[in-house]
Amino acid sequence: MEIKVLGPGCSRCKNVEDIVKEAVAETGVDAQIEKVTDIMKIASYGVFGTPAVVIDGEVKSVGKVPRKEEVKKWLKP
Amino acid sequence: MKERTKLLIIAGVFLAAYFIPWDHGLIRQSGLEAFMMLREYAREHMLTCLIPAFFIAGAIAVFVSQASVLKYFGAQANKLLSYSVASVSGTILAVCSCTVLPLFAGIYTRGAGIGPATAFLYSGPAINVLAITLTAKVLGWQLGLARAIGAILFAFVTGILMSIIFRKDDAARTAGQIYVPDSGDSQRTLLQDSLYLLTMVLILIFASFARPAPGASGFWPMIFSYKWYITAVLLVALAFMVKTWFKKDERIAWVESTWGFMKQIFPLLIGGVLVAGFLLGRPGHPALIPEQYVQSLLGGNSLRANLFASVAGALMYFATLTEIPILQGLLGSGMGKGPALALLLAGPALSLPNMLVIGSVMGVKKTAVFCGIIVVMSTIAGMVYGSFAG
Repeated sequence: MEIKVLGPGCSRCKNVEDIVKEAVAETGVDAQIEKVTDIMKIASYGVFGTPAVVIDGEVKSVGKVPRKEEVKKWLKP
Repeated sequence: MKERTKLLIIAGVFLAAYFIPWDHGLIRQSGLEAFMMLREYAREHMLTCLIPAFFIAGAIAVFVSQASVLKYFGAQANKLLSYSVASVSGTILAVCSCTVLPLFAGIYTRGAGIGPATAFLYSGPAINVLAITLTAKVLGWQLGLARAIGAILFAFVTGILMSIIFRKDDAARTAGQIYVPDSGDSQRTLLQDSLYLLTMVLILIFASFARPAPGASGFWPMIFSYKWYITAVLLVALAFMVKTWFKKDERIAWVESTWGFMKQIFPLLIGGVLVAGFLLGRPGHPALIPEQYVQSLLGGNSLRANLFASVAGALMYFATLTEIPILQGLLGSGMGKGPALALLLAGPALSLPNMLVIGSVMGVKKTAVFCGIIVVMSTIAGMVYGSFAG
């Protein structure tokens, strides 16, 4: 599973990265987490707001800090 | 941060501590001015103006649906609407650069194109609630109003000009799926949301109501003498609304986002006030930079002073809100009203680091044109405003 956290490096984006990391560690799924900070790459996903979470190419959340339970739900197959 | 940068910073602080003649009269005076200016902000502006403004910004970030605004930035959106929304949406969408730049890149590559994208890029940092409120409070309502109107007008014109100059490139963009933040379902009506925001704005207005000129009679002094009663009534009304209309997790989200803004902006603002006080001093009190330098470069309302103010503003980086204490110091040292507006209009939207990011999105040529348009318009606006305000 491939998780991307999109955000240019504001505090909210770091927040999201931490939450995703914790969720992955707690559920024990096999996933790579990548932080995307390049503005053009972020735009290429078509998201109109950051922080955003993309899992296996699918945009899961835009412009908000998701709760850990939400992230865990997305991680379930 | 790299280890080498850390070493350089420590070495720099050490050398400054070692060599600066701290006991020199001028340095003492400047240091005193820095803290006197900080006290002025703490006493005059913090409680009655900034704190309510933070709560308003927090409420806007959490409760105003971004999705409802962002749909006007799609590729299929009506052009005129797109420009209009882009020019004013800074008030609700942008308080920090982490929303402005990604959204700009999104609108440019996937959405309504270069015109609305640049309009939004300009209006975002220039007209957010915090910036306009504090400008009006510290520098006077005339400059606050001129800043708000100027920013909206500029955003619109810049967007239109950019789309006319680069209309050929615009056709080559790819349209694709776009994702906007979801609106979240709320049980409140639009009327309830508006009343809630309006109450907070009224609290801000009455709490920071300025003392009328001595000897004035009639309406304004009467309001002034009752301002704390009015504020108290409004606070009770607000508490009632928050208690009955909002769910518990909404209240938590509101406080959290307000606290987020405070954490982010207060340290920067305090730093900005100290630096401005140290270099320029409060109005009527000289500090490190002699007043005749400021007067000769930025005094009066000449073309040169206005152009200098807008170019300097465009290149300099102002952290959120720090442009205000700096401008207060400059005005006190003899800067003209026109150049002040020119700096306010060119300043927060542009900076060297910002230009580099914009350049990576739309290329050097378009970035240069964009900056050029803003510098020229800011200069003109400064001259016009200066000839009215003197």
